[in-house]
Amino acid sequence: MKKLEIKALTENLSEVLAFIDKELEAADCSMKTQMQIDIAVEEIFVNIANYAYSPEVGTAVITIDVTDDAFVIGFSDCGIPYDPLAKPDPDITLSAEERSIGGLGIYMVKKSMDDVIYEYRDGQNILTFKKDR
Amino acid sequence: MEIKKTNKNGTLNVAISGRVDTTTAPALETELKGSFDGCEALVLDFADVEYISSAGLRVLLSAQKVMGKKGGMKLINVSADIMEIFDVTGFTDILTIV
Repeated sequence: MKKLEIKALTENLSEVLAFIDKELEAADCSMKTQMQIDIAVEEIFVNIANYAYSPEVGTAVITIDVTDDAFVIGFSDCGIPYDPLAKPDPDITLSAEERSIGGLGIYMVKKSMDDVIYEYRDGQNILTFKKDR
Repeated sequence: MEIKKTNKNGTLNVAISGRVDTTTAPALETELKGSFDGCEALVLDFADVEYISSAGLRVLLSAQKVMGKKGGMKLINVSADIMEIFDVTGFTDILTIV
């Protein structure tokens, strides 16, 4: 398992994605899967950067585990308890005029990853998702 | 991300290349907002878009809301991988993708 500890700031997104992509590329991950994982990583990391410690700045820990049949990516932070999975899914059948701007990111994570788990443990938000290979 | 704009007879063609993510989407939004008044219709050329996250989708949605009341907005040259993102999020029903 590889681990990155980084300040939860939006400007660190490219460094987070570089860390993830390096592992995915070493594991011969397909471009399509890599894009889906990057999107999911972006959504979760940016959420932590925007909300977990605001207005303070805190740390996020990101891990990636490449197994024979899946990529498992974990995020943890010590910010305010927040379960992003509890948010209701956006109604994707509405027209452009009726659609609201929010809620799309976490919905994309739920739809494109094979397993998404949230837990609050020992004062930490822990979100883990798995993408089958 | 790079943006190239061409205005022809009131139709603005915006060719986007690279990644449309949390860090680059605000620049795209600014470019598009600054162009709405000067065009009747908008064409977004997605041929060289490698990646779009929800931050980019939000920009597309607000552009669609504005241009839907004018001469419309079209997306062209959308790759299969990007199309799947539009499918998952219901954007294929909102956007005009040709």
